[in-house]
Amino acid sequence: MLRSVPRSAWFDRLYLAYLVVFFLYLALPLLVTAVFAFNDAPFPSLPWQGFTLDWFFADGSDGRTGLFHDDGLLSALWVSVVVAFWVTLLCVAIGCANAILFERLEFRGKELLYLVMLLPLVIPGVILGVSILVFYSGMANQASQQWGIELDVFRPGLPLVIAGQVAFITTLCTLVIAARLRKFDRQLEEAALNLGATPVVAWFTVTLPWLMPSILGAAAMAFLMSFENFNTTVMLTGSDTPLTVALFNRLREGSTPVLNAVALLLMVGSALLAVLAMGRGGKGRSQ
Amino acid sequence: MRPSAGKLSLCLLMAPFVLWIVLLVVLPHLQMLRVSFHVRETWDTVAFGLEQYGNFFSESYYWRTFVRTGVMSLFTTFLTLVIAFPIAWYIARLARGRSKGVLFLACLIPFWASELVRTYGWMILLRESGLFSAILQAVGLADGPVEMLYNDAAVIVGLVYNGLLFMVVPLVTTLDGMDEHIVEAGYDLGGNHWTVLREIILPWAMPGVVSGCIVVFMLTLGSYLTPILMGGKDSAWFTEQIFTQFITRFNWEQGAALGVLLLVLSSVIVWAGLRVTGQNLRKVMG
Repeated sequence: MLRSVPRSAWFDRLYLAYLVVFFLYLALPLLVTAVFAFNDAPFPSLPWQGFTLDWFFADGSDGRTGLFHDDGLLSALWVSVVVAFWVTLLCVAIGCANAILFERLEFRGKELLYLVMLLPLVIPGVILGVSILVFYSGMANQASQQWGIELDVFRPGLPLVIAGQVAFITTLCTLVIAARLRKFDRQLEEAALNLGATPVVAWFTVTLPWLMPSILGAAAMAFLMSFENFNTTVMLTGSDTPLTVALFNRLREGSTPVLNAVALLLMVGSALLAVLAMGRGGKGRSQ
Repeated sequence: MRPSAGKLSLCLLMAPFVLWIVLLVVLPHLQMLRVSFHVRETWDTVAFGLEQYGNFFSESYYWRTFVRTGVMSLFTTFLTLVIAFPIAWYIARLARGRSKGVLFLACLIPFWASELVRTYGWMILLRESGLFSAILQAVGLADGPVEMLYNDAAVIVGLVYNGLLFMVVPLVTTLDGMDEHIVEAGYDLGGNHWTVLREIILPWAMPGVVSGCIVVFMLTLGSYLTPILMGGKDSAWFTEQIFTQFITRFNWEQGAALGVLLLVLSSVIVWAGLRVTGQNLRKVMG
Protein backbone atom coordinates (compact mmCIF):
# COMPACT_ATOMS: atom_id res chain seq x y z
CA MET A 1 0.00 0.00 0.00
CA LEU A 2 2.90 2.34 -0.66
CA ARG A 3 3.79 4.05 -3.88
CA SER A 4 6.86 1.80 -4.06
CA VAL A 5 4.96 -1.40 -3.33
CA PRO A 6 3.14 -2.86 -6.34
CA ARG A 7 -0.64 -3.04 -6.06
CA SER A 8 -3.16 -4.87 -8.17
CA ALA A 9 -5.21 -2.81 -10.62
CA TRP A 10 -8.54 -3.72 -9.05
CA PHE A 11 -7.33 -2.69 -5.62
CA ASP A 12 -6.36 0.71 -7.03
CA ARG A 13 -9.76 1.12 -8.67
CA LEU A 14 -11.57 0.15 -5.48
CA TYR A 15 -9.49 2.57 -3.47
CA LEU A 16 -10.22 5.37 -5.92
CA ALA A 17 -13.94 4.61 -5.85
CA TYR A 18 -13.85 4.74 -2.06
CA LEU A 19 -12.18 8.16 -2.17
CA VAL A 20 -14.81 9.48 -4.57
CA VAL A 21 -17.69 8.17 -2.45
CA PHE A 22 -16.11 9.60 0.68
CA PHE A 23 -15.71 13.10 -0.70
CA LEU A 24 -19.25 12.98 -2.09
CA TYR A 25 -20.49 12.03 1.39
CA LEU A 26 -18.50 14.95 2.77
CA ALA A 27 -19.78 17.52 0.28
CA LEU A 28 -23.39 16.50 -0.22
CA PRO A 29 -25.08 17.90 2.92
CA LEU A 30 -23.42 21.27 2.47
CA LEU A 31 -24.16 21.38 -1.26
CA VAL A 32 -27.88 20.71 -0.86
CA THR A 33 -28.12 23.25 1.94
CA ALA A 34 -26.52 25.89 -0.25
CA VAL A 35 -28.51 25.02 -3.37
CA PHE A 36 -31.93 25.01 -1.69
CA ALA A 37 -31.31 28.51 -0.34
CA PHE A 38 -32.14 29.61 -3.91
CA ASN A 39 -35.17 27.38 -4.54
CA ASP A 40 -38.37 29.31 -5.26
CA ALA A 41 -40.52 27.05 -3.02
CA PRO A 42 -41.65 27.29 0.61
CA PHE A 43 -39.76 24.13 1.64
CA PRO A 44 -36.13 23.16 1.10
CA SER A 45 -36.93 20.08 -0.96
CA LEU A 46 -37.47 18.89 -4.52
CA PRO A 47 -38.96 19.60 -7.01
CA TRP A 48 -36.89 22.55 -8.12
CA GLN A 49 -39.17 25.56 -8.66
CA GLY A 50 -36.71 28.01 -10.12
CA PHE A 51 -34.05 30.39 -8.90
CA THR A 52 -34.86 33.14 -6.39
CA LEU A 53 -33.10 35.47 -3.99
CA ASP A 54 -36.25 35.87 -1.87
CA TRP A 55 -34.83 33.91 1.06
CA PHE A 56 -32.17 36.57 1.42
CA PHE A 57 -33.85 39.81 0.38
CA ALA A 58 -37.68 39.49 0.45
CA ASP A 59 -39.13 42.15 2.75
CA GLY A 60 -42.18 40.22 3.90
CA SER A 61 -44.69 41.96 1.60
CA ASP A 62 -45.52 38.78 -0.36
CA GLY A 63 -45.57 36.46 2.63
CA ARG A 64 -41.87 35.72 2.50
CA THR A 65 -39.37 37.29 4.85
CA GLY A 66 -35.77 37.01 3.70
CA LEU A 67 -32.88 36.70 6.08
CA PHE A 68 -31.88 40.36 5.77
CA HIS A 69 -35.37 41.50 6.83
CA ASP A 70 -35.80 38.96 9.61
CA ASP A 71 -35.25 40.93 12.81
CA GLY A 72 -35.19 37.84 15.02
CA LEU A 73 -32.38 36.22 13.07
CA LEU A 74 -30.46 39.45 12.62
CA SER A 75 -30.49 40.23 16.34
CA ALA A 76 -29.45 36.65 17.12
CA LEU A 77 -26.59 37.10 14.64
CA TRP A 78 -25.53 40.26 16.46
CA VAL A 79 -25.69 38.49 19.84
CA SER A 80 -23.40 35.79 18.43
CA VAL A 81 -20.94 38.40 17.17
CA VAL A 82 -20.82 40.13 20.56
CA VAL A 83 -20.33 36.85 22.42
CA ALA A 84 -17.66 35.66 19.97
CA PHE A 85 -15.81 38.97 20.29
CA TRP A 86 -15.49 38.71 24.07
CA VAL A 87 -14.71 35.01 23.99
CA THR A 88 -11.94 35.59 21.45
CA LEU A 89 -10.44 38.44 23.46
CA LEU A 90 -10.46 36.52 26.75
CA CYS A 91 -9.31 33.20 25.31
CA VAL A 92 -6.40 34.66 23.36
CA ALA A 93 -5.26 36.75 26.34
CA ILE A 94 -5.39 33.84 28.79
CA GLY A 95 -4.01 31.49 26.13
CA CYS A 96 -0.93 33.71 25.62
CA ALA A 97 -0.27 33.88 29.34
CA ASN A 98 -0.72 30.10 29.64
CA ALA A 99 1.62 29.43 26.72
CA ILE A 100 4.41 31.49 28.30
CA LEU A 101 3.71 29.94 31.68
CA PHE A 102 4.06 26.38 30.41
CA GLU A 103 6.77 26.89 27.78
CA ARG A 104 9.08 29.33 29.53
CA LEU A 105 8.82 29.01 33.28
CA GLU A 106 9.77 26.24 35.64
CA PHE A 107 7.73 25.70 38.76
CA ARG A 108 6.64 22.92 41.04
CA GLY A 109 3.68 20.84 39.88
CA LYS A 110 4.02 21.99 36.27
CA GLU A 111 3.20 18.56 34.81
CA LEU A 112 0.11 18.25 36.94
CA LEU A 113 -1.12 21.74 36.09
CA TYR A 114 -0.56 21.05 32.41
CA LEU A 115 -2.83 18.03 32.67
CA VAL A 116 -5.42 20.17 34.47
CA MET A 117 -5.12 22.67 31.62
CA LEU A 118 -6.02 19.88 29.15
CA LEU A 119 -9.06 18.75 31.14
CA PRO A 120 -11.68 20.96 29.44
CA LEU A 121 -10.95 19.05 26.22
CA VAL A 122 -12.26 15.83 27.71
CA ILE A 123 -15.36 17.23 29.42
CA PRO A 124 -18.52 17.08 27.28
CA GLY A 125 -19.76 20.56 26.36
CA VAL A 126 -23.16 20.02 27.92
CA ILE A 127 -21.53 19.19 31.27
CA LEU A 128 -19.37 22.32 31.15
CA GLY A 129 -22.51 24.37 30.58
CA VAL A 130 -24.50 22.59 33.28
CA SER A 131 -21.81 22.89 35.92
CA ILE A 132 -21.39 26.61 35.30
CA LEU A 133 -25.17 27.03 35.41
CA VAL A 134 -25.39 25.19 38.75
CA PHE A 135 -22.48 27.05 40.31
CA TYR A 136 -23.29 30.62 39.33
CA SER A 137 -27.08 30.43 39.47
CA GLY A 138 -26.74 28.76 42.86
CA MET A 139 -24.58 31.66 43.96
CA ALA A 140 -27.13 34.17 42.66
CA ASN A 141 -29.93 32.36 44.49
CA GLN A 142 -27.92 32.32 47.69
CA ALA A 143 -27.14 36.02 47.47
CA SER A 144 -30.76 36.81 46.78
CA GLN A 145 -32.12 34.68 49.65
CA GLN A 146 -29.60 35.59 52.33
CA TRP A 147 -28.70 39.19 51.61
CA GLY A 148 -31.37 40.30 49.21
CA ILE A 149 -28.79 41.21 46.56
CA GLU A 150 -29.70 40.48 42.93
CA LEU A 151 -26.63 39.24 41.04
CA ASP A 152 -28.12 39.24 37.56
CA VAL A 153 -24.77 38.59 35.85
CA PHE A 154 -24.84 35.13 37.38
CA ARG A 155 -28.28 34.30 35.97
CA PRO A 156 -28.49 32.59 32.57
CA GLY A 157 -27.56 35.19 29.97
CA LEU A 158 -24.70 36.45 27.87
CA PRO A 159 -22.08 36.71 30.64
CA LEU A 160 -22.60 33.05 31.50
CA VAL A 161 -22.57 32.06 27.81
CA ILE A 162 -19.21 33.82 27.47
CA ALA A 163 -17.92 32.11 30.63
CA GLY A 164 -19.00 28.69 29.39
CA GLN A 165 -17.30 29.09 26.03
CA VAL A 166 -14.12 30.54 27.52
CA ALA A 167 -13.90 27.48 29.79
CA PHE A 168 -12.94 25.17 26.92
CA ILE A 169 -11.84 27.42 24.03
CA THR A 170 -8.98 28.75 26.19
CA THR A 171 -7.36 25.30 26.19
CA LEU A 172 -7.35 25.18 22.39
CA CYS A 173 -5.89 28.70 22.13
CA THR A 174 -3.18 27.77 24.62
CA LEU A 175 -2.20 24.71 22.59
CA VAL A 176 -2.01 26.67 19.32
CA ILE A 177 0.10 29.49 20.77
CA ALA A 178 2.32 27.19 22.86
CA ALA A 179 3.12 25.08 19.78
CA ARG A 180 4.62 28.14 18.05
CA LEU A 181 6.38 29.45 21.13
CA ARG A 182 8.14 26.08 21.42
CA LYS A 183 9.78 26.66 18.01
CA PHE A 184 11.05 30.11 18.97
CA ASP A 185 14.81 30.55 19.05
CA ARG A 186 15.63 31.95 22.50
CA GLN A 187 18.91 33.41 21.14
CA LEU A 188 16.94 36.05 19.26
CA GLU A 189 15.57 37.32 22.54
CA GLU A 190 18.98 37.14 24.20
CA ALA A 191 20.46 39.14 21.33
CA ALA A 192 17.86 41.83 21.92
CA LEU A 193 18.73 41.88 25.61
CA ASN A 194 22.47 42.08 24.81
CA LEU A 195 21.79 45.01 22.52
CA GLY A 196 20.32 46.84 25.46
CA ALA A 197 16.60 46.12 25.27
CA THR A 198 14.72 45.64 28.51
CA PRO A 199 12.88 42.29 28.83
CA VAL A 200 9.58 44.07 28.15
CA VAL A 201 10.89 45.73 24.99
CA ALA A 202 12.44 42.44 23.83
CA TRP A 203 9.11 40.72 24.38
CA PHE A 204 7.16 43.26 22.36
CA THR A 205 9.65 43.69 19.52
CA VAL A 206 10.98 40.15 19.11
CA THR A 207 8.82 37.46 20.69
CA LEU A 208 5.36 38.89 20.13
CA PRO A 209 5.85 39.46 16.37
CA TRP A 210 7.05 35.85 16.13
CA LEU A 211 3.91 34.65 17.91
CA MET A 212 1.57 36.87 15.88
CA PRO A 213 0.56 34.30 13.22
CA SER A 214 -0.39 31.79 15.90
CA ILE A 215 -2.23 34.46 17.88
CA LEU A 216 -4.26 35.42 14.81
CA GLY A 217 -4.88 31.76 14.04
CA ALA A 218 -6.01 31.13 17.60
CA ALA A 219 -8.25 34.21 17.45
CA ALA A 220 -9.91 33.04 14.23
CA MET A 221 -10.40 29.58 15.68
CA ALA A 222 -11.81 30.97 18.93
CA PHE A 223 -14.21 33.22 17.03
CA LEU A 224 -15.47 30.35 14.86
CA MET A 225 -15.81 27.92 17.75
CA SER A 226 -17.70 30.46 19.80
CA PHE A 227 -19.95 31.33 16.89
CA GLU A 228 -20.78 27.70 16.23
CA ASN A 229 -21.02 26.43 19.75
CA PHE A 230 -24.33 24.96 20.73
CA ASN A 231 -23.91 22.39 23.50
CA THR A 232 -22.50 24.70 26.14
CA THR A 233 -24.43 27.75 25.01
CA VAL A 234 -27.88 26.18 25.08
CA MET A 235 -27.57 25.52 28.82
CA LEU A 236 -26.54 29.07 29.69
CA THR A 237 -28.53 31.28 27.38
CA GLY A 238 -31.16 33.66 28.71
CA SER A 239 -33.54 35.86 26.76
CA ASP A 240 -30.92 36.99 24.20
CA THR A 241 -30.25 33.86 22.20
CA PRO A 242 -27.17 33.49 19.99
CA LEU A 243 -27.68 32.43 16.39
CA THR A 244 -27.15 28.68 16.80
CA VAL A 245 -29.78 28.46 19.54
CA ALA A 246 -32.19 30.70 17.61
CA LEU A 247 -31.71 28.53 14.51
CA PHE A 248 -32.28 25.38 16.53
CA ASN A 249 -35.57 26.76 17.87
CA ARG A 250 -36.67 27.68 14.33
CA LEU A 251 -35.65 24.29 13.06
CA ARG A 252 -37.84 22.54 15.60
CA GLU A 253 -40.82 24.51 14.30
CA GLY A 254 -40.10 23.34 10.75
CA SER A 255 -37.57 24.17 8.10
CA THR A 256 -37.86 26.93 5.53
CA PRO A 257 -35.34 28.04 2.92
CA VAL A 258 -34.58 31.05 5.16
CA LEU A 259 -32.66 28.59 7.34
CA ASN A 260 -30.74 27.49 4.24
CA ALA A 261 -29.92 31.11 3.54
CA VAL A 262 -28.59 31.56 7.08
CA ALA A 263 -26.62 28.32 6.79
CA LEU A 264 -25.08 29.46 3.50
CA LEU A 265 -24.17 32.80 5.04
CA LEU A 266 -22.51 31.01 7.97
CA MET A 267 -20.57 28.73 5.63
CA VAL A 268 -19.32 31.60 3.51
CA GLY A 269 -18.49 33.70 6.56
CA SER A 270 -16.52 30.99 8.32
CA ALA A 271 -14.78 29.94 5.11
CA LEU A 272 -13.64 33.55 4.58
CA LEU A 273 -12.39 33.77 8.15
CA ALA A 274 -10.59 30.43 7.85
CA VAL A 275 -8.94 31.42 4.55
CA LEU A 276 -7.89 34.74 6.06
CA ALA A 277 -6.38 33.07 9.11
CA MET A 278 -4.64 30.42 7.03
CA GLY A 279 -3.29 33.05 4.66
CA ARG A 280 -1.79 34.98 7.55
CA GLY A 281 -0.50 31.80 9.17
CA GLY A 282 1.08 30.69 5.90
CA LYS A 283 2.84 34.02 5.48
CA GLY A 284 4.16 33.76 9.02
CA ARG A 285 5.56 30.32 8.36
CA SER A 286 7.39 31.29 5.20
CA GLN A 287 9.08 34.27 6.79
CA MET B 1 16.44 37.52 35.61
CA ARG B 2 16.69 38.31 39.28
CA PRO B 3 14.86 35.83 41.51
CA SER B 4 12.30 38.39 42.71
CA ALA B 5 11.48 39.41 39.15
CA GLY B 6 11.15 35.73 38.26
CA LYS B 7 8.75 35.21 41.11
CA LEU B 8 6.73 38.24 40.13
CA SER B 9 6.39 37.14 36.50
CA LEU B 10 5.46 33.62 37.64
CA CYS B 11 2.68 35.06 39.81
CA LEU B 12 1.48 37.38 37.04
CA LEU B 13 1.35 34.57 34.50
CA MET B 14 -0.11 32.09 36.92
CA ALA B 15 -3.02 34.41 37.84
CA PRO B 16 -5.03 34.15 34.60
CA PHE B 17 -4.50 30.39 34.47
CA VAL B 18 -5.67 29.90 38.05
CA LEU B 19 -8.66 32.23 37.69
CA TRP B 20 -9.76 30.50 34.51
CA ILE B 21 -9.35 26.93 35.66
CA VAL B 22 -10.69 27.45 39.20
CA LEU B 23 -13.64 29.72 38.44
CA LEU B 24 -14.78 28.13 35.20
CA VAL B 25 -13.82 24.48 35.52
CA VAL B 26 -12.92 23.22 39.00
CA LEU B 27 -15.40 25.01 41.29
CA PRO B 28 -18.40 24.55 38.96
CA HIS B 29 -17.73 20.82 38.73
CA LEU B 30 -17.29 20.46 42.48
CA GLN B 31 -20.53 22.32 43.02
CA MET B 32 -22.30 20.12 40.49
CA LEU B 33 -21.02 17.07 42.38
CA ARG B 34 -22.28 18.55 45.68
CA VAL B 35 -25.71 19.41 44.30
CA SER B 36 -26.06 15.89 42.93
CA PHE B 37 -26.08 14.63 46.53
CA HIS B 38 -28.61 17.20 47.72
CA VAL B 39 -31.95 15.93 48.88
CA ARG B 40 -34.58 18.61 49.24
CA GLU B 41 -36.32 18.51 52.62
CA THR B 42 -38.35 21.70 52.61
CA TRP B 43 -38.24 24.61 50.21
CA ASP B 44 -35.07 26.08 51.72
CA THR B 45 -33.33 23.22 53.52
CA VAL B 46 -31.41 20.33 52.03
CA ALA B 47 -29.86 17.19 53.41
CA PHE B 48 -27.29 14.97 51.76
CA GLY B 49 -28.22 11.62 50.34
CA LEU B 50 -28.10 9.32 47.38
CA GLU B 51 -31.68 9.83 46.23
CA GLN B 52 -30.81 11.08 42.73
CA TYR B 53 -28.44 8.21 42.09
CA GLY B 54 -31.08 5.83 43.41
CA ASN B 55 -33.55 7.27 40.90
CA PHE B 56 -31.07 6.65 38.12
CA PHE B 57 -30.74 2.96 38.90
CA SER B 58 -34.39 2.31 39.70
CA GLU B 59 -35.78 4.18 36.70
CA SER B 60 -34.92 1.93 33.77
CA TYR B 61 -35.46 4.76 31.29
CA TYR B 62 -32.42 6.60 32.70
CA TRP B 63 -29.91 3.80 32.72
CA ARG B 64 -31.11 2.29 29.47
CA THR B 65 -30.49 5.61 27.72
CA PHE B 66 -27.15 5.85 29.51
CA VAL B 67 -26.00 2.45 28.27
CA ARG B 68 -27.42 3.08 24.81
CA THR B 69 -25.61 6.42 24.52
CA GLY B 70 -22.33 4.84 25.62
CA VAL B 71 -22.59 1.87 23.27
CA MET B 72 -23.67 3.96 20.28
CA SER B 73 -20.84 6.44 20.93
CA LEU B 74 -18.29 3.62 20.99
CA PHE B 75 -19.74 2.19 17.79
CA THR B 76 -19.70 5.62 16.12
CA THR B 77 -16.07 6.12 17.14
CA PHE B 78 -15.07 2.74 15.73
CA LEU B 79 -16.95 3.39 12.48
CA THR B 80 -15.35 6.83 12.15
CA LEU B 81 -11.90 5.29 12.57
CA VAL B 82 -12.55 2.61 9.95
CA ILE B 83 -13.92 5.14 7.46
CA ALA B 84 -11.25 7.76 8.07
CA PHE B 85 -8.17 5.53 8.05
CA PRO B 86 -7.96 4.81 4.29
CA ILE B 87 -8.61 8.51 3.61
CA ALA B 88 -5.87 9.60 6.00
CA TRP B 89 -3.53 7.00 4.52
CA TYR B 90 -4.19 8.28 1.03
CA ILE B 91 -3.65 11.90 2.01
CA ALA B 92 -0.53 11.21 4.06
CA ARG B 93 1.19 8.59 1.90
CA LEU B 94 -0.23 8.22 -1.59
CA ALA B 95 -1.30 11.69 -2.75
CA ARG B 96 1.45 13.83 -4.23
CA GLY B 97 2.12 17.55 -4.35
CA ARG B 98 -0.91 19.75 -4.79
CA SER B 99 -3.55 17.05 -4.55
CA LYS B 100 -2.37 16.29 -1.02
CA GLY B 101 -3.12 19.81 0.16
CA VAL B 102 -6.36 20.01 -1.76
CA LEU B 103 -7.71 16.72 -0.38
CA PHE B 104 -6.75 17.68 3.15
CA LEU B 105 -8.47 21.04 2.74
CA ALA B 106 -11.56 19.28 1.37
CA CYS B 107 -11.74 17.33 4.63
CA LEU B 108 -11.66 20.58 6.61
CA ILE B 109 -14.34 22.44 4.67
CA PRO B 110 -17.44 20.85 6.25
CA PHE B 111 -16.13 21.91 9.64
CA TRP B 112 -16.12 25.55 8.74
CA ALA B 113 -19.89 25.15 8.87
CA SER B 114 -21.35 24.55 12.30
CA GLU B 115 -22.75 21.28 13.62
CA LEU B 116 -26.22 22.74 13.22
CA VAL B 117 -25.67 23.43 9.53
CA ARG B 118 -24.22 19.97 8.94
CA THR B 119 -27.13 18.30 10.69
CA TYR B 120 -29.58 20.46 8.79
CA GLY B 121 -27.97 19.37 5.53
CA TRP B 122 -28.46 15.73 6.47
CA MET B 123 -32.08 16.39 7.33
CA ILE B 124 -32.69 17.84 3.87
CA LEU B 125 -31.13 14.74 2.35
CA LEU B 126 -32.76 12.05 4.45
CA ARG B 127 -36.28 13.12 5.35
CA GLU B 128 -39.49 12.01 3.72
CA SER B 129 -39.65 15.03 1.42
CA GLY B 130 -35.87 15.00 1.08
CA LEU B 131 -33.48 14.54 -1.77
CA PHE B 132 -32.73 10.82 -1.43
CA SER B 133 -36.43 10.00 -1.19
CA ALA B 134 -37.14 12.06 -4.33
CA ILE B 135 -34.31 10.39 -6.23
CA LEU B 136 -35.47 6.89 -5.25
CA GLN B 137 -38.95 7.72 -6.49
CA ALA B 138 -37.65 9.29 -9.70
CA VAL B 139 -35.65 6.22 -10.67
CA GLY B 140 -38.53 3.93 -9.72
CA LEU B 141 -36.97 2.20 -6.71
CA ALA B 142 -39.71 3.45 -4.41
CA ASP B 143 -43.44 3.94 -4.96
CA GLY B 144 -43.93 6.67 -2.41
CA PRO B 145 -41.93 8.96 -0.13
CA VAL B 146 -39.37 7.09 1.98
CA GLU B 147 -38.58 8.28 5.49
CA MET B 148 -34.91 7.75 6.24
CA LEU B 149 -34.67 10.18 9.12
CA TYR B 150 -35.63 9.57 12.76
CA ASN B 151 -33.91 6.25 13.36
CA ASP B 152 -30.63 5.08 14.85
CA ALA B 153 -28.94 4.61 11.49
CA ALA B 154 -29.62 8.24 10.58
CA VAL B 155 -28.22 9.38 13.94
CA ILE B 156 -25.04 7.37 13.37
CA VAL B 157 -24.62 8.75 9.84
CA GLY B 158 -24.80 12.27 11.27
CA LEU B 159 -22.52 11.52 14.22
CA VAL B 160 -19.86 9.87 12.05
CA TYR B 161 -20.00 12.86 9.73
CA ASN B 162 -19.48 15.21 12.66
CA GLY B 163 -16.53 13.23 13.95
CA LEU B 164 -14.62 12.67 10.70
CA LEU B 165 -12.41 15.75 10.78
CA PHE B 166 -11.27 15.03 14.33
CA MET B 167 -10.22 11.56 13.21
CA VAL B 168 -8.67 12.46 9.85
CA VAL B 169 -6.41 15.25 11.12
CA PRO B 170 -4.55 13.34 13.89
CA LEU B 171 -4.26 10.28 11.64
CA VAL B 172 -2.77 12.29 8.77
CA THR B 173 -0.37 13.95 11.20
CA THR B 174 0.99 10.69 12.62
CA LEU B 175 1.03 8.81 9.29
CA ASP B 176 2.85 11.71 7.65
CA GLY B 177 5.77 11.25 9.99
CA MET B 178 6.21 7.56 9.24
CA ASP B 179 9.33 6.28 7.54
CA GLU B 180 8.35 4.35 4.40
CA HIS B 181 11.37 2.11 4.70
CA ILE B 182 9.98 0.29 7.70
CA VAL B 183 6.86 -0.54 5.69
CA GLU B 184 8.94 -1.71 2.75
CA ALA B 185 11.02 -3.78 5.13
CA GLY B 186 7.81 -5.38 6.35
CA TYR B 187 6.92 -6.42 2.79
CA ASP B 188 10.50 -7.56 2.08
CA LEU B 189 10.37 -9.80 5.10
CA GLY B 190 7.36 -11.53 3.60
CA GLY B 191 4.48 -9.69 5.25
CA ASN B 192 1.22 -9.30 3.38
CA HIS B 193 -0.99 -6.18 3.47
CA TRP B 194 -2.78 -7.36 6.59
CA THR B 195 0.30 -8.24 8.68
CA VAL B 196 2.07 -5.02 7.66
CA LEU B 197 -0.98 -3.03 8.66
CA ARG B 198 -1.32 -4.81 11.99
CA GLU B 199 2.35 -5.11 12.95
CA ILE B 200 3.86 -1.91 11.58
CA ILE B 201 1.41 0.77 10.50
CA LEU B 202 -1.12 0.56 13.32
CA PRO B 203 1.46 0.58 16.14
CA TRP B 204 3.09 3.58 14.51
CA ALA B 205 -0.20 5.42 14.10
CA MET B 206 -1.39 4.59 17.61
CA PRO B 207 -0.97 8.07 19.13
CA GLY B 208 -3.05 9.51 16.30
CA VAL B 209 -5.62 6.71 16.53
CA VAL B 210 -6.01 7.21 20.28
CA SER B 211 -6.25 11.00 20.14
CA GLY B 212 -8.74 10.81 17.27
CA CYS B 213 -10.81 8.21 19.08
CA ILE B 214 -10.85 10.18 22.33
CA VAL B 215 -11.99 13.40 20.68
CA VAL B 216 -14.61 11.70 18.50
CA PHE B 217 -15.91 9.67 21.42
CA MET B 218 -16.15 12.75 23.64
CA LEU B 219 -17.90 14.78 20.97
CA THR B 220 -20.32 11.98 20.20
CA LEU B 221 -21.16 11.16 23.79
CA GLY B 222 -21.71 14.83 24.56
CA SER B 223 -23.51 15.73 21.36
CA TYR B 224 -27.00 17.04 21.64
CA LEU B 225 -28.10 18.50 18.32
CA THR B 226 -27.60 15.53 16.02
CA PRO B 227 -29.37 12.86 18.11
CA ILE B 228 -32.29 15.20 18.85
CA LEU B 229 -32.81 16.44 15.31
CA MET B 230 -32.07 13.19 13.47
CA GLY B 231 -33.22 10.63 16.00
CA GLY B 232 -36.75 9.40 16.44
CA LYS B 233 -38.87 9.15 19.55
CA ASP B 234 -37.10 5.97 20.67
CA SER B 235 -33.57 7.13 20.07
CA ALA B 236 -33.10 9.28 23.16
CA TRP B 237 -29.62 10.54 24.02
CA PHE B 238 -28.35 11.01 27.54
CA THR B 239 -27.52 14.70 27.11
CA GLU B 240 -31.17 15.22 26.21
CA GLN B 241 -32.21 13.87 29.60
CA ILE B 242 -29.79 16.18 31.36
CA PHE B 243 -31.21 19.10 29.42
CA THR B 244 -34.77 18.04 30.29
CA GLN B 245 -34.00 17.85 34.00
CA PHE B 246 -32.39 21.27 34.05
CA ILE B 247 -34.38 23.37 31.66
CA THR B 248 -37.80 21.71 31.40
CA ARG B 249 -38.34 20.17 34.84
CA PHE B 250 -36.10 22.49 36.81
CA ASN B 251 -34.92 19.48 38.82
CA TRP B 252 -31.30 20.54 39.19
CA GLU B 253 -30.42 17.88 41.75
CA GLN B 254 -31.41 15.08 39.37
CA GLY B 255 -29.81 16.87 36.40
CA ALA B 256 -26.55 17.31 38.31
CA ALA B 257 -26.50 13.61 39.20
CA LEU B 258 -27.03 12.65 35.55
CA GLY B 259 -24.30 15.11 34.57
CA VAL B 260 -21.88 13.55 37.05
CA LEU B 261 -22.71 10.09 35.72
CA LEU B 262 -22.03 11.18 32.13
CA LEU B 263 -18.72 12.70 33.20
CA VAL B 264 -17.79 9.50 35.05
CA LEU B 265 -18.69 7.40 32.01
CA SER B 266 -16.61 9.51 29.64
CA SER B 267 -13.65 9.69 32.04
CA VAL B 268 -13.66 5.94 32.66
CA ILE B 269 -13.80 5.10 28.95
CA VAL B 270 -11.10 7.62 28.03
CA TRP B 271 -8.91 6.36 30.88
CA ALA B 272 -9.45 2.74 29.90
CA GLY B 273 -8.65 3.56 26.27
CA LEU B 274 -5.39 5.21 27.30
CA ARG B 275 -4.47 2.30 29.59
CA VAL B 276 -5.21 -0.41 27.03
CA THR B 277 -3.20 1.31 24.30
CA GLY B 278 -0.39 2.43 26.59
CA GLN B 279 -0.75 6.13 25.72
CA ASN B 280 -1.01 9.10 28.05
CA LEU B 281 -3.22 12.16 27.90
CA ARG B 282 -0.38 14.61 27.55
CA LYS B 283 1.10 12.76 24.61
CA VAL B 284 -2.12 12.41 22.65
CA MET B 285 -3.79 15.74 23.43
CA GLY B 286 -1.00 18.22 24.17
